[in-house]
Amino acid sequence: MSELLQVEGLKTHFQTESGLVRAVDGVDLSVNEGEVLGLVGESGSGKTITALSLIRLVSPPGKIVAGRVMFGGQDLLQASEREMVQLRGDRISMVFQQPKASLNPVRRVGAQIAELFIHHRGASRRAAMNQAVELLARVGIPAPERKALAYPHELSGGQAQRVMIAMALALKPRLLIADEPTTALDVTIQAQILDLLRELCRDTGTAMILVTHDLGVIAQTADRVSVMYAGQIVEERPVARLFDDPRHPYTRALLASMPVQGRVAPRLGAIPGSVPPPGRMPAACRFAPRCAVRAERNMTICTHEMPALYPVEGGVSRCWCDAPAEATT
Amino acid sequence: MTLADPRELAAADLGTALDEVPAGPPRGGFRAALRRLWRHRSGKIGGGLVALIVFCAIFAPWLTPYDPLKLDMIDRLQPPSWSHWLGTDELGRDLLTRVIYGTRYMLLVSCVATAIGATGGILLGLLASAGGKWTDMAVMRIVDIMLAFPYILLLLAIIAILGPSLVTALVAVGVASMPGYARLVRGEALSVRESEYVEAMRVLGAGNWRITFGTVLPNIASPLVIYTSYTMPLAVLSAAALSFLGLGAQPPLPEWGAMLVQSRSFLRTASWVVAAPGFAIFFAILGLNLLGNALRDVLDPKART
Amino acid sequence: MTAYIIRRIAMTVPVLFGILFVTFLMKALIPTDAVLALYSGQVSEEKAAEAIAQIRAKYDLDKPWYQQFAIYVGDVARGDLGESIRTRQPIVDEIGYRYWNTLVLTFASLVVALVVGLSTGIASAYWKGTWIDEVAMGIGLLGISMPAFFFGLILIFFFAVQLRWLPVMNAGDWKGLILPAVTLGLIEAAPLSRITRASMVEVLSQDYVKAIRAKGLPERHVIFRHALPNALLSILTILGLQIGGLLGGAFIIEVVFGWHGIGELAVKAIGWRDFTITQAIILVSATTYVLVNLVVDILYAWADPRIKLG
Repeated sequence: MSELLQVEGLKTHFQTESGLVRAVDGVDLSVNEGEVLGLVGESGSGKTITALSLIRLVSPPGKIVAGRVMFGGQDLLQASEREMVQLRGDRISMVFQQPKASLNPVRRVGAQIAELFIHHRGASRRAAMNQAVELLARVGIPAPERKALAYPHELSGGQAQRVMIAMALALKPRLLIADEPTTALDVTIQAQILDLLRELCRDTGTAMILVTHDLGVIAQTADRVSVMYAGQIVEERPVARLFDDPRHPYTRALLASMPVQGRVAPRLGAIPGSVPPPGRMPAACRFAPRCAVRAERNMTICTHEMPALYPVEGGVSRCWCDAPAEATT
Repeated sequence: MTLADPRELAAADLGTALDEVPAGPPRGGFRAALRRLWRHRSGKIGGGLVALIVFCAIFAPWLTPYDPLKLDMIDRLQPPSWSHWLGTDELGRDLLTRVIYGTRYMLLVSCVATAIGATGGILLGLLASAGGKWTDMAVMRIVDIMLAFPYILLLLAIIAILGPSLVTALVAVGVASMPGYARLVRGEALSVRESEYVEAMRVLGAGNWRITFGTVLPNIASPLVIYTSYTMPLAVLSAAALSFLGLGAQPPLPEWGAMLVQSRSFLRTASWVVAAPGFAIFFAILGLNLLGNALRDVLDPKART
Repeated sequence: MTAYIIRRIAMTVPVLFGILFVTFLMKALIPTDAVLALYSGQVSEEKAAEAIAQIRAKYDLDKPWYQQFAIYVGDVARGDLGESIRTRQPIVDEIGYRYWNTLVLTFASLVVALVVGLSTGIASAYWKGTWIDEVAMGIGLLGISMPAFFFGLILIFFFAVQLRWLPVMNAGDWKGLILPAVTLGLIEAAPLSRITRASMVEVLSQDYVKAIRAKGLPERHVIFRHALPNALLSILTILGLQIGGLLGGAFIIEVVFGWHGIGELAVKAIGWRDFTITQAIILVSATTYVLVNLVVDILYAWADPRIKLG
C-alpha cells in the first residue's frame, strides 16, 4: 500500500484572551491509499482541530504554526489558497458532526450537491442536478427526485448525514475526513451510516480518517488507530493490536472504560482526573498526572521530560515505559 | 441617524432582541460594572464629552463674558476670531456662548424626555405584566397601535394637538418613547415573574405589589439601562430636529436645533453660523452613543471587548 | 402561503382601525378654540357663535363620538380626507402629488441605504477585526450620531454652495433628488450597516459555512450565494422598521431641501394650525408604513423556506 497522506509535526495554536492554547501540538499521522485511519480521543483532545487543519479550515483565532501535510507530493500548508479551494471537496472532502447544521438552510438539497459538479467539473446546471439525484439514490435516500427539491429542515438527521456523505464522495476524492459522523445521530441509525461510509469508500477507493471518541465505532470501522491526548498522538497501532495489547497507559484506560463488546460504547469518562487546562499543560508527559502506571511504579522521569514516540509492536507509543533503555538514562 | 426605532439598533449590537437580554444585575454587581466602564476606551471618550456638557450647563455664565440673548447689531455675522471663537450670528450674538448655554436645553431634553418616557413606559409595562389578562390585552393593544406609527408621526401628532413649543416637544418625545419601554418591560417582567424565586416569594405570601416593585423592577434594571442608552441620544436628536422644524424650542432661545432654523440662508455667506450648533448636536449625540456603547459592553452578559 | 397572507392581512385590519381611531382622536383632542382661532377677530361675537354652530354641524361635532367616528371611517373609505381649513380645498388634491414625491424620496434613499449599508456591513463582517472593520464601524458610529438635517446642510454646503455641482434648492427635476436621497440614504446606511455586519458575522460563524468551504467552493460563492441570502433574511425582518425610519427621516429632509412632499406640508400645516391636513398626512403615512410592513412580512415568509405556511 502506498502512502497517501503524511502529517509531520503539525501545530495549531489559538491565541485567546486567557493565553496561548496549543490545541494541536506536534501531531504526526499517516494514511495509506484506501485505508481507514481512526483518530480517537476525548473531547478537547484536539482531534477535530487536527482534522480541520489538514484542509486548512481552522477558524481564527486558530492558526497553523508549524508542520507539514504532504498529500499527492505537495505540502498543503505551503499551497496557495486557490489550490486549496480546488482541492477541497474534490480530492479531500469532509463530513461533519452535525449534519443538519452543516447544510445551508435556505438552499435546496439537490442544488447544494449539484454545485460541486458545477464548480469542480464545469458541469451544466441540468447535468449536475441529474448527478445529484443519482447520488441521493446511491446513499439510500428514498424518492431522490423529490428529496433533491427539499430544504434541509425537511430531512431527518440520518437523511441529512446521507446527503453530507453524498456530497463528500460525489467527486470520488482520495481522502475523506469524517469528523464524528455518527455522534449526533440516533443510536439505531449510527450503524447504518457507518456501513454506508465504509461501503462507499471501498467502492470509490477512498481512504478515510475517522475522527471519533467512540472506540466501538473504531473497532467496527478502522484499519489503524491513532490515539490523541491533549494535542498529541500518544499511540498509533493497527486496530486489532490496539484492542488486544494496548501499550500506552491512556489507551489502556480508554479501553478499560469501554463496556463489553456488543453494544455501542457510552461516552468516555471513567478515567480519573481530566485533561489538563491549556494554561497548565505539563511540560513533560501530558498524561502523567492521571497515569496509573506512573503512580504505581513511581516513575520520576514522567513528570520531568516529554517522551518521544517509541516503536512498539506494529506502531508507536509515547510512553516512557516503551522507551528503549538508552533513552531513559 | 434618522428618527428610527431604537430596538433595531439594539438587536444589531447585542446580536439578539433586547427582550432576550437575561434579567438580573450585571456581572459582579453595579459597582464592578462602573469600574469596567471607567476602564473602557469609548466609555472614557463618551463620558468625557458628557461630563463636558454637564460642566458647561452648570457653569455657563462663568465660562463666557457674553449674554446668549443680547443683540449686538455692530458685530453681526463676524467670522470666528479671538474675541468670538466660533463667530457671531445674524443678530450679533456670540455663537460659542449660545452653544454653551445650549447644553442646558440638551440636558433638559435628554433627562426630562427620557424620564417621562421611561417612567410612563415602565409603569405601563409593569401594569401589563402584573395586571390580569384583560389589562395586559388592553395595554398591549394601545402599545401596538402606537408602535404602528413611525416615531416622527407620533411626535407630529402630539405636537399638532398641543401646539409647538419646547415643553410640548419634551412631552412628545417622552410620550413617543413610552411604547418601546412598555413592550420591553412587559417581556422582561413576565420572564422574571415566571422564575423560581418569585414563585417561592409567592408561596411565602408576598403580594403582587411587593413582587412587582420589590423584585421584578430591580431585576430588569440591566436591559432598561441598555435600552435607555439608545433612547437618550434619540431623544436629544428628536428634540433638536423638532426645534429645527420650528416645532420645538423657538428662537431666540439658544437651543441648538432652534439655532439652525434660518441656517440654510447663511450657508453661502456665513457657514460658521450653521457649523457651531450643528457640530454641538453631533458631538452631544456622539458622546451619548460612545457612553452607550461602553455601557452595553459592560452590562451585556455576552459582552465583547 | 395564501392562508398565511390572509391571516397576516386579517392581523393588519385592527391596526388600521387603531390608526384611524388615533387620527380621529386627534380631531377631538385639538381644542376647538384652536380651530376657531381662524375666525376670531374677523367677525363680531354673535356672528362667531353662529359660525361656531355652523362649523360644529359641518364637522359633525354635534353628534355622539361613535357616530362621528363612523362618518370619519366612511369618508376615509371613500377616499375623502376632508378639506383644508386654510384653503378650503379637498386635502386629497393637496397631498396627492406630495405623497408621490415623498415615496420617490423614500425609495431613492432606501436604494442608497441598501447599497451602502449592505456592502459596508458585509465587508466589515468578512474582514472582522481588521482595519477595514474598524474604519467602517467608526464611520458607522459617526453616522448614527449625525443628525440627518445637519448632514443635509453639510452636503448642501459642499456640493451645492462650494462645488456648485447640484442645486441648493429642489427645482423639481432629478438633480434635485440626488442630495436629499444621498443624505437620507447615507444616514440610514449607518444602522443598516451595523445590522448587516451583525447578521453576517452570525451567519459566517455557522457550521454550514465551514461545510460549504470544505466543498471547495470559491470564496465569492460562499459569501454571496450561501452566506448572504441567510443574512438577508434576518435583515429583512427589520427592514420594515428601517423603512419607518426612512419615512420619518424624509419628513425632516424634505424641509431641509425644500422637497415638496407630505412631510414638508405636515410641518407647515402644524404652523398654520391647519390640523385637518396634519391629521390626513399622519393617517396616510401611518397606513403606508403598516402596509409596507405587511408586504415585508409576506416577502419574508415567501423567502424563508423554514417558515411553515398554512
